[in-house]
Amino acid sequence: MANFDQVSLLLLVLVPLAGAVLAMFLPKDRPRDVWQFAIFVAAISFVLSVIVFLRYDYADGGVQFQRAYDWIDDPLNISLHFGLNGIGAPLVLLNGIVLLGAVLISQTITRRSRDFFVLLLALGSGVFGVFIVRDLFFLFFFYELAVLPMYLLIGVWGSSTDFGTFLRTKEYGAMKLMLVLVAGSVLIWIGILALYVASSQAGNPTFNIDTLAQLREGGAFSRTLELWVFPLFAVGFGILAGLWPFHTWSPDGHVAAPTGVSMLHAGVLMKLGAFGIIQVGMILTPTGAEVWMPVLIGLGTVNVIYGAISALSQNDLKYVIGYSSVSHMGYVLMGIATLHPVGLAGAVLQMFSHGIMTALMFAMVGAIYERAHIRDSFILNGLIKRMGVTTFFFAIAGLASLGLPGLSGFIAEFMVFTGAFRTYLPLAVLGVIGAAITAVYILRLLARSFFGEADPQWEHLTDASPVEKAVGGAFVIILIAVGVWPAPLLNVINTGVESALSVF
Amino acid sequence: MPTELTSNLHLLTPEFALTALAFLVFTVDLFLPERSKEWLAGLSVVSLVAVMVVALVMRPAGSVELYGGLIVVDDFGLFFKIFFLGIGVGIVALSWEYARDRLQHRGEFYGLLLFSILGMNLLAMSRELLTAYISLELLSFSLYVMVAYGLREARSNEAGIKYIIIGILSSAIMLYGLSNIYAALGTTYFSGIAAELASPASASPVLWIGVALLVVGLGFKLSAVPFHMWAPDAYEGAPLPVTAYLAIGSKAAAFALTLRLFAEAIVPAVNLWGEWQLVIAVLAAITMLLGNLVALAQRNLKRLMAYSSIGHVGYALAGVAVLGSDFALAAKGVIFYLVVYAVTNLVVFAGITAYYNREGKDDIADLAGLADRQPFTAAAIAIGLFSLAGLPIFAGFTAKFYLFAAVADGGMLWLAGVAIFTSLVSLYYYLQVMRQMYIESPAHDSHDAAAHQAHDEHEDIHQHAAHDEPPVSPLQRPSWLLAGTMGVGLLVVTWLGVYPRPLLGLIEMASAAIVPLG
Repeated sequence: MANFDQVSLLLLVLVPLAGAVLAMFLPKDRPRDVWQFAIFVAAISFVLSVIVFLRYDYADGGVQFQRAYDWIDDPLNISLHFGLNGIGAPLVLLNGIVLLGAVLISQTITRRSRDFFVLLLALGSGVFGVFIVRDLFFLFFFYELAVLPMYLLIGVWGSSTDFGTFLRTKEYGAMKLMLVLVAGSVLIWIGILALYVASSQAGNPTFNIDTLAQLREGGAFSRTLELWVFPLFAVGFGILAGLWPFHTWSPDGHVAAPTGVSMLHAGVLMKLGAFGIIQVGMILTPTGAEVWMPVLIGLGTVNVIYGAISALSQNDLKYVIGYSSVSHMGYVLMGIATLHPVGLAGAVLQMFSHGIMTALMFAMVGAIYERAHIRDSFILNGLIKRMGVTTFFFAIAGLASLGLPGLSGFIAEFMVFTGAFRTYLPLAVLGVIGAAITAVYILRLLARSFFGEADPQWEHLTDASPVEKAVGGAFVIILIAVGVWPAPLLNVINTGVESALSVF
Repeated sequence: MPTELTSNLHLLTPEFALTALAFLVFTVDLFLPERSKEWLAGLSVVSLVAVMVVALVMRPAGSVELYGGLIVVDDFGLFFKIFFLGIGVGIVALSWEYARDRLQHRGEFYGLLLFSILGMNLLAMSRELLTAYISLELLSFSLYVMVAYGLREARSNEAGIKYIIIGILSSAIMLYGLSNIYAALGTTYFSGIAAELASPASASPVLWIGVALLVVGLGFKLSAVPFHMWAPDAYEGAPLPVTAYLAIGSKAAAFALTLRLFAEAIVPAVNLWGEWQLVIAVLAAITMLLGNLVALAQRNLKRLMAYSSIGHVGYALAGVAVLGSDFALAAKGVIFYLVVYAVTNLVVFAGITAYYNREGKDDIADLAGLADRQPFTAAAIAIGLFSLAGLPIFAGFTAKFYLFAAVADGGMLWLAGVAIFTSLVSLYYYLQVMRQMYIESPAHDSHDAAAHQAHDEHEDIHQHAAHDEPPVSPLQRPSWLLAGTMGVGLLVVTWLGVYPRPLLGLIEMASAAIVPLG
């Protein structure tokens, strides 16, 4: 196993990427074969991610499984440096789970399915990469790799929404998402270059996160530099995390995307943003972070309230979930901004929990849309009659999202609020109000569309397919397991949080 | 000055050989019947590869001056020679089918191509302003003819005339600049200029005018804003392979000259350079901004590529602007960028040519549904454009990161910021092309267009493409030569994006040959 630890992180990136390359050579008119191949690749990635997570020794903590490959030497000194910390480990696991789920759910993609899975696997590889590299160049490399396939994934296989008076086309959603996200990476890129220049002036040009952190401790970064660079990272990564007021790409993008892509996008991709704020912003520019965090927690609170109110006023099932993601990512941002061990750990746990629950909700809505061809919650009703299992899964995910004790969302949100109450009391109160609004829109949705009077026009609907049942069931089990016994995750998260906060 | 004008002449064998082979192509052309003129393309490729081999075999140790210092044979020149000859091979591959179907007098076409490459090679080796000027003219005159090669097309003729007039104007400006420099300093050797500039006494209005006009002349050749206005028309009117050649070859050659000129003549004079650095930086910034912003409004594919290439010139110029700060890093960044830009553009233009050869249209909207008709061509164009936009895992990302890091490290973080921002702008218009190829359906015949429109909207709303597939267009295959070019190009683009180290090693050697002294 020791040998395996040497290469496990490299494999995590290579397996989906190699899968994507190999898939290009599959016959293009046999969607089922391509799908099965993609499942095979995603299953290997899943197993790898589980092993990596279990092998991460939380008693030791720190950055583990380190391995560096020289890439460009002097004067840029870029190396492909892998290493996993306690914050990355649960997110790697999350990506392994959601990627497999998304591939399974994408059984219904039959048009140009080969291209679809090539892009989906490349995206998965990029996400793994961000969580496990220790070099800013490669962090950015994988970050962009995860964003790049989105345009085509949404544009080609997505769906448009008719609002009666106007049409939100998939092209619109795809283009908006792509441009806004890349605008975020413009800021990140400038921030990375600024840190590189500072390291170069200190006589040790590098993109390595650990070396940069040491240089900072040695006083290589001026206070002014940190004050300028942290907002670049916070906004740049924050855009992907759905930070208000830059969140508008997210509902449009999620809604336009095909089910599997929505799952990955809301489930994992948005976490890249939050992870980046911690991994790059907080660790490398803590002075800037301390000064700017009150602003970030304010924006995070707006996220929670604004997202919840927007979700309240949506009729389209997917838009409700899209805005609820904006709202839930607000808790993550709040937790990060507390700079408090409990709050930050809660934020990371919330990333995991929200990843699973939102992926589950998108999967179930996808199943409904696949059969009813409509997502309007006023027209759909009494779904429990024909789609009992789907309703059950959706209800569990919804209850997790409104913070029912016993499900994962409760613990995460409770921890975030605990952290916030100790640091920013008024905002924490607002956050709790946001959670109450969540309960309103989730319960209303359940009552209206799922448990209401059965309508004869939905008589023909069939319940979830075996694959959908399997994915949904697995996700529900995870939600309950984490809710009842979060220790395995929290042990790992706490070591990561501890070392992230040690710079303050 | 050394007097032995004939010493070491054997080192010019590659250039002599290239001249002879160009004449050979012209001569063979006279005796070949019309139907077998394709052989000339083969002959040209063989010539280019042979010259490449000769140049590599004859590589001298260190740098050797010829003709009393007019020309130098060194690693920098060698690198660019191989680079230009490689571009030549690519352009022949792009031209073969196009020339066969659409051009007359294709013998002379290949001959002119060889001559222009000779001009580019000499340009990379020149160490004296007039020699550089003459080499540049050899390149330009060949290009004037090639741009106007679409004999029966009004567009091509118009482009040719515009290109000649502006080209000659810029040559005149440059020549006037040279004469002013000579008047002020009494020398046209790069090393002599550097030596003269080093003494503060040399600064005079005449010198300033001379240097300014030289930069303006170079600006025209590079199509840097505000000297870019010829480019879109010339690109649009020229036959497609020539458009590719303008975008790739002539740009790279002008940058080879710029690099050597700045390295050997201008950067050593720090007092002069300090002020010029900002001029170049501003030029770079407006070139990036204008090129990329105007590209947003383009509907024609060739014009789009013209403005996009103006934008890319801006990025490389940003690297030139910081040559004075950390020469090694900046020069490597610029050369790396040029190579990546050339390979990526070759892929994109090979794709556009493959498309044009089958359908004969060049508006962006005409690309609609290309992914169904020519999947490989569409994929090649898409990957090329992603690379140009600077997205991983493709070479454009690595090259941009490297270059912008060099610019930031040279003390111009703001310029790097402008470059990164304009990259975002460029992504938008590249995505528009992608959207046509992958998302839109092809336009239908006019009489049932309305019906299809309604049908499309219906499909959009209910979005069940699987139930309601658009009519499948017949598959069109690109010629094996273009498919091969795209395939090899894509491999190189990915390879350089994932593992650029070997190339960077070569570039290191090339740029080491021109490191300014002092």
